[in-house]
Amino acid sequence: MGYHLSHFFDSLLKSLRDISPIILVVAFFQLFVLQSPLPDLANVFLGTALVVLGLTCFVMGLELGLFPVGEDMAHAFAHKGKLSALLLFAFCLGFGTTIAEPALIAVADEAAKVAAVTEHIVDSDAARQEYAAALRLCVAAAVGLAIVVGVLRVLRGWPLHWLMIGGYVLVVVITAFAPQEIIGIAYDSGGVTTSTITVPLVTALGVGLANAIKGRNPLLDGFGLIALASLTPVLFVLLFGIIW
Amino acid sequence: MVWWVEFLSNLFGTLGDVAPIVATILFFHLVVLRIALRRPTQLVVGTGFVIIGMVLFLLGLQMALFPLGESMARQLTSEQFVGSAETANWQSYMWVYLFAAAIGFATTIAEPSLLAVAIKANQVSGGVISVGGLRSSVAIGVALGLAVGTYRIVIGEPLQYFIIAGYAVVVVQTLFAPKDIIPLAYDSGGVTTSTVTVPLVTALGLGLAASVPGRDVLIDGFGLIAFASLFPMIAVMAYAQISAYLSRYSESGENHEV
Repeated sequence: MGYHLSHFFDSLLKSLRDISPIILVVAFFQLFVLQSPLPDLANVFLGTALVVLGLTCFVMGLELGLFPVGEDMAHAFAHKGKLSALLLFAFCLGFGTTIAEPALIAVADEAAKVAAVTEHIVDSDAARQEYAAALRLCVAAAVGLAIVVGVLRVLRGWPLHWLMIGGYVLVVVITAFAPQEIIGIAYDSGGVTTSTITVPLVTALGVGLANAIKGRNPLLDGFGLIALASLTPVLFVLLFGIIW
Repeated sequence: MVWWVEFLSNLFGTLGDVAPIVATILFFHLVVLRIALRRPTQLVVGTGFVIIGMVLFLLGLQMALFPLGESMARQLTSEQFVGSAETANWQSYMWVYLFAAAIGFATTIAEPSLLAVAIKANQVSGGVISVGGLRSSVAIGVALGLAVGTYRIVIGEPLQYFIIAGYAVVVVQTLFAPKDIIPLAYDSGGVTTSTVTVPLVTALGLGLAASVPGRDVLIDGFGLIAFASLFPMIAVMAYAQISAYLSRYSESGENHEV
């Protein structure tokens, strides 16, 4: 118990250190650049305390829950499962975590607004909702596909950079044909799809697979799933902008 | 503020995030693979910790950081601060670039998903890649990316020229960077922008596009996330290259450290 308690305080201090740059930046700009007082000091202190406590709990939960689950799944699939089951799992994980992602919902709604303003679609609630829903489906499928390709890549040992560079070339080519107003949203969509809970899980899955398969290096082959999951949405949204 | 309403909405939001993941894992574990979960209590406790952690983290951000950060982004881009919009040139927005860089650096250091990847990379590399080193280089990347990104909104050049030029830099670096850092560098682009960074950066981009004359909020307000995802790749590879270069000139160095 004493060990756990000191471990807890240790991570609490680390979280406090992680949060302190934000406090410094905000305080500096508020006090010296904008020269206005800090509003609501009580709320700021309480909020900071909650952030520190939350970050501490999250990290402890990572080590206890998310990392072991991802690794166990990777080992189980590597030793027992069929390839088709693993690929289906990969797709479900990518698709399922993305379709409900709040950041993506917000971006899809903005994109629908842009499409309506630029007279790409009819400016009505129904048309906008249809557009946003289709866009979300498209991005979720893109992430699902990315995890499938990423898992195949770990299994086969394909070098990541050829996949990524190939993807970049495609992005550049498709950008030339895409309507200007979709480009900003498409390029942003790569960054918003990978949520805080998906990242640790997918990382643990990739590293676990690379560990479980002979001849794979966890550092070289285990990472890269997130990179692919950030690239395919850009491609898919650009295509979506051309086709829709 | 009715804090418990926020608490509940965060709780349900996080549960909604976790539910499809838990359902997918349980289905494949128990139905497809037919293997009992190892250490079930530990998993339940761990997942519980992750959920509680996320809820407290978000609640705290909404109380302390988001309102303040968003109002600062608005004030820094407002006419009272920048001066009359007609006479303003790109240099009038100097504080905006600085704020974007500083807040980008600070929020990236606190980003939980980056911390998760850094912990994993540290374990996998047997300690060669340090948690703090990886996080700092990614944070420097985000800071540079946001400074360039806000500058782009002010001058109004098309986003794709910047991003495509960035891709070209990434491709060239890939040829020369130490091989084992490349997947991690590519991954670091995707993990930087989640819980903390996205809301603040979005507020900054939209506020800036609204205040610079001739910019359309809906079209020019986007693109900052893309910069914040691109530059960390460059920064992480650059750090590895610099470390490798330096260690080649010192006797002891056979391992480059990130």
